[in-house]
Amino acid sequence: MPLSRDEVLHVARLARVGLSEADVAKFQQQLSQILDHFEVLKRIDTTDMPPTTHTLPLESVMAADEPRPSLGRDDVLANAPLEHEGYLRVRAVLEE
Amino acid sequence: MPELYDLTITEAHDLLSRRQVSALELTRAVFDRIAAVDDRVRAYLTLTEHMAVAEAMAADKRIARGEAGPLTGIPVCVKDVISTRGVRTTCSSRMLESYVPPYDAHVVERLKTAGAVTVGKSNMDEFAMGSSTENSAFFPTHNPWDLDRVPGGSSGGSAAAVAAGECLFALGSDTGGSIRQPAALCGVVGVKPTYGRVSRYGLVAFASSLDQIGPFTRSVRDAALVLNAICGHDARDATSAPVETPDFTASLTDSLHGLRIGVPREYVPDDLDAGVRAVFLRAVDQIRSLGAEVDFDLSLPSTEAGLACYYVIAPSEASANLARYDGVKYGYSYQEGATMWENMEQTRQRGFGDEVKRRIMLGTYALSAGYYDAYYLKAQKVRTLIRREFDAAFARYDAILTPVTPTPAFRLGEKVDDPYEMYLSDVFTLPVNIGGLPGMSVPCGFVEVAGKPLPLGLQVLAKPFDEATMLRVAHAYEQSTDWHARRPAL
Repeated sequence: MPLSRDEVLHVARLARVGLSEADVAKFQQQLSQILDHFEVLKRIDTTDMPPTTHTLPLESVMAADEPRPSLGRDDVLANAPLEHEGYLRVRAVLEE
Repeated sequence: MPELYDLTITEAHDLLSRRQVSALELTRAVFDRIAAVDDRVRAYLTLTEHMAVAEAMAADKRIARGEAGPLTGIPVCVKDVISTRGVRTTCSSRMLESYVPPYDAHVVERLKTAGAVTVGKSNMDEFAMGSSTENSAFFPTHNPWDLDRVPGGSSGGSAAAVAAGECLFALGSDTGGSIRQPAALCGVVGVKPTYGRVSRYGLVAFASSLDQIGPFTRSVRDAALVLNAICGHDARDATSAPVETPDFTASLTDSLHGLRIGVPREYVPDDLDAGVRAVFLRAVDQIRSLGAEVDFDLSLPSTEAGLACYYVIAPSEASANLARYDGVKYGYSYQEGATMWENMEQTRQRGFGDEVKRRIMLGTYALSAGYYDAYYLKAQKVRTLIRREFDAAFARYDAILTPVTPTPAFRLGEKVDDPYEMYLSDVFTLPVNIGGLPGMSVPCGFVEVAGKPLPLGLQVLAKPFDEATMLRVAHAYEQSTDWHARRPAL
């Protein structure tokens, strides 16, 4: 299989997705099968071909520097899982 | 006369304008229809009846003042990936089960300005990732033509709602076929406009270089009317194209004289389903009989790499876009972990379904150190190749015809355990998003499977920003058949 068990765990950690033991085995098998089908890309000659990131001939679109109303704080915090005195409350990032 | 809930926008607008029916009556007829059939179809996640009644009454006043537009008083269903202020927008995910947007998407603002009546929010594959609507975290939607079959996806709820008479039109989003494929499998019209034609402001992001919003309708003319309302530049979406919106109904004629149309051989492979092939070739013949010059001598050789190209690029973009679901700002949040990282990993483990996890991991892998050049950069180069092949084709042809899907609607459960098999159901629609082209599905006939007629769609493609030609071909074809007038027996 193109994808090892350790690679599945590595990718899951990069993406911050927790996986059960059963998930690891299932995704290793399924993702490997999908990666096998990506081999077709290697057969395509792309010498001197520039990459396409998006299809519109637009670059560095700038907004006018004009003040305008934004969403209200209460409206935004209405969806917050934890809120404290008008702020989002988060777990400590740096532990003692 | 057909039932009110089965009318086209054009027919309903005519009745509303002549005051033969009120917007409130039309809205009530749609909600009665939903009450009668939606426990079987399951197109809707959320119904907004209270709001709809208020909007219908406002529409009736506007009609009485003689200020009605083509969409005033017309009931619409909105895919649950499009933000609606004050109405929960779940993306069919546990992650956003109780998320209520504080603002409307650009397209929702446009519908409100036009006076449309919002019926509710439709079911979909979670975060628009899927081809059957079975990836909804809540329940699958059923195909109105055969309730044991899928409606397609990811906008399966929107397509099924239009087919079943549960709205007069709907909005969906199309990243790799998510409007055209369910439109084909449910026997309705579905349009993916050119990338940049419709603002994505307020569309929950999946793959930002591919996503585009578009309509589901019961006629090509109706699709043109909805496009007139939702297209146009919006500074809040940096990828919104600064181009004029023509009147898309102006190009609709019954003749196709003078048009050159190509049929790429890679889209009619030898092993194509026999029923799909026969229906497709009959539709192509019909288009020739309307005056178009049809040429089968067209090859788009990179088509075979389209699926792999898409399934590198779309998951890569998704893995970045879906990083925002961290349990801090909004959405589901696991709180019981010992550390911040454990909370984040558990939030994403419990909040996302399997297909979303698969694509996040696939994209993370394709972008990770050591694999970026082999997968992501390579796919972007193949993307250029696919675009150039389309460019060359459109130097010779005004439009391209293909089947929308390789098969009619498949049975619920048939492909859920085989992700790659599911991906193949979009093989004819993915290259269009890769190229940024406009594409649409128009009903083109039925195949009988196990005693039931299942609809199929004809895909019409045109060059970027030439929706007018695409709609012209689809309209002339549609008007020469009665496929679009058939309704499922529910």
